[in-house]
Amino acid sequence: MSVDLLYDWLNESIPFLSGNSLLLLLAIVIPAILLFLVIAVNAIVLVYAERKVSAFMQDRVGPMGQGVGLHAGKWGMLQTVADALKLISKEDIIPRLADRKLFIMAPFVIFVGAFIAVIALPFGETLIVADMNIGIFYILAVSSFGVIGLILAGWSSNNKWSLYGGMRSAAQIISYEIPAGLSLVTVIMLTGTLSMQGIIQYQSGGLFDWIVFSSPFSFIAFIIYFIAAIAETNRTPFDIPEAESELVGGFHTEYSGMRWSFFFLSEYANMLVVNGVAVAAFLGGWQSPIPGYLNSPGWGVFWFISKILVLVFVMMWVRWTFPRLRVDQLMDICWKYLLPIALFNIFGVGIWTLIFG
Amino acid sequence: MYRDFGTILIAALLGIVMVGVPLLIQKLIAPSKKSFEKFDTYECGEEAEGNAWLQFNIRFYVIALIFLIFDVEVVFLFPWAVVFKELGLLAFVEMGIFLVILIVGLAYVWVKTDLDWVKLKVPYGSGRYRKIKLEEKA
Repeated sequence: MSVDLLYDWLNESIPFLSGNSLLLLLAIVIPAILLFLVIAVNAIVLVYAERKVSAFMQDRVGPMGQGVGLHAGKWGMLQTVADALKLISKEDIIPRLADRKLFIMAPFVIFVGAFIAVIALPFGETLIVADMNIGIFYILAVSSFGVIGLILAGWSSNNKWSLYGGMRSAAQIISYEIPAGLSLVTVIMLTGTLSMQGIIQYQSGGLFDWIVFSSPFSFIAFIIYFIAAIAETNRTPFDIPEAESELVGGFHTEYSGMRWSFFFLSEYANMLVVNGVAVAAFLGGWQSPIPGYLNSPGWGVFWFISKILVLVFVMMWVRWTFPRLRVDQLMDICWKYLLPIALFNIFGVGIWTLIFG
Repeated sequence: MYRDFGTILIAALLGIVMVGVPLLIQKLIAPSKKSFEKFDTYECGEEAEGNAWLQFNIRFYVIALIFLIFDVEVVFLFPWAVVFKELGLLAFVEMGIFLVILIVGLAYVWVKTDLDWVKLKVPYGSGRYRKIKLEEKA
């Protein structure tokens, strides 16, 4: 648990303050700021990757950063940094008819919801800010916190596009939470613990000790979870809430500048969270795929992040492969396909565990 | 335990600061040239027609209600899943009964077409709705 470790270390290195609760605060603030940097860098890298991946999939070159008098680095690598600078220097506009208080509140709610989910992600054996005994349940609970922000944004903008976008995304996210939750239940049936680290330790060993390969039912659970994760992050083919060609920008139509960028930041932070949970619950977390090799703490961070990035790449791949679903198809897939399959999957895992393990 | 949730509380407060500080920086460095049109509601360049705080589809409420039922179910499943391996067959049968009841509920909602986003038929239409002739689902 990194807060405790850091607290002990601070106690030793700053003796005149030892035992002070100020140090405990410091031990929480330092990792939290580091995580904020992780979220920011994650968004900057992923936006760039998204643009490049989509470009290569469509036989384009993507951002190259060579405008007149501008140069955004080789292969446009500084493009998203330039975008971030542009966003912070944009005029802040709150529409006259909007509900000012709620309008200002919405990005806070969304970002805090994403941020307190990220602090429970296990980046390594000791690299976890809040190592709770109910970790996975906690992440599942707070990741739906953002829905409140989406509805606030959609409602307070006093814009029809925003209202439709907000309502649609709320309906979509809460619907897809259920298959996601049910497929995580199968993981907990196997591991018998709700702690993220406990779940990862259960999967120690090699590739074939990972839960995704432990039984055919867990594999189905992983697929269901991944589909639900794509839907929960509002990405194509489930991007009805912000379908550009129908709803302009969905719930963030009226937002601009920094306020808008926090929606984006939390969207990519949410991608980190859902894929982090997928990696921890099904793909062995920070464990190396080869038993006994490359298993040091440093490699743990590498494995965790690279597994997340592989899943993110699959998400981008899906995005540029499948067309958008209609609202009714979206709800059908959740309630009529994923939910019954996930329910019977629990029976499957139960019987499998009673017979084989 | 207290420390875990204290960490979360402090992280949530820090999250608010992390949103607030960039907004403050923006306020300091961004230009501000106010004009009346700039603060209009965006409606694809047209003048905004009426207020957006209007009635919307009742379907969203139905979805929220069904969600509530199944979310509570998931919450019940989590503690059961933790002790499942220790209790074995007994726990499995008990949760099986619980799940079957819920599956019957899902089937009921399904048959009543409350899972369809677009209702093309009203099988339990009553009163003045009985006479409404709706096309069958293709």
